[in-house]
Amino acid sequence: MNSVAFILIAILTLAAALAAASLPKLIHAALSFAVTFVGVAAFFFLLGAEFVGLVQIFVYIGAVAVLIVFTILLTGRDAGKDRGFNWGGVAIAIAVFGGLIWAILKTQPLSIAAPPIEALTVRRIGEALMTSYVWPLQCVGVLLTAALIGALILVMNEER
Amino acid sequence: MTPALHLFLIVSAALFCIGLLAALSRRHAIFILIGIEMMLAAANLNFIAFWRFGPQPQQPIGVMVAIFSIAIAAAEAAVGLALVLAVYRHYRTTNVDQLNQLKG
Repeated sequence: MNSVAFILIAILTLAAALAAASLPKLIHAALSFAVTFVGVAAFFFLLGAEFVGLVQIFVYIGAVAVLIVFTILLTGRDAGKDRGFNWGGVAIAIAVFGGLIWAILKTQPLSIAAPPIEALTVRRIGEALMTSYVWPLQCVGVLLTAALIGALILVMNEER
Repeated sequence: MTPALHLFLIVSAALFCIGLLAALSRRHAIFILIGIEMMLAAANLNFIAFWRFGPQPQQPIGVMVAIFSIAIAAAEAAVGLALVLAVYRHYRTTNVDQLNQLKG
């Protein structure tokens, strides 16, 4: 039953990603982008990392997709049809995909089936964040503050 | 039965290459950002898959890396979209082929 879920989620994710990469209209691509990230979050749920899946949905669909849609609306006059498609990029992407698949299939698997684990609760994640990962947490806080101020300054600067 | 690690790696490689395709072949700056976000999501999927199938799934190392990576990706998206807006105000275009002022 998990295999069926895996195949369905994989088809959904990859089809939405292909649509986001190839649809000519920007707003359609942005919505396919949101669907792609729903699929990735579903993979996280399937792998037992429910918290990361929820964070992914909150951050990407709640914030990043909305930001992208607003940027598309604000750059409206330019957001019509996309001009030109670089076929060299397609060749490079297919070559990289072939290389990655070759490397993956040549490797010995670590384990055939996933070992059973106890559920990764939010309590355990919070404890780890507040004890062994407290310095990375503070650094990410500083980074987010700097990014927020930087984005505001970039957008506000030319108003005067 | 949970699907094996290789299937997750193959899906994540496909997602990465679709993101690479979007970043390399589209000429619109927002598409390039979307492609970069997809490549970051593929990396996160790899982190979670290796954590789940790895030797120490009791310790939430992969989950922590994925959480920090999502936070950094969000910061990158915010700054990138602000840059797109600033460039659009200045040049009235978001087509990266027309932003050739620094071209030698």
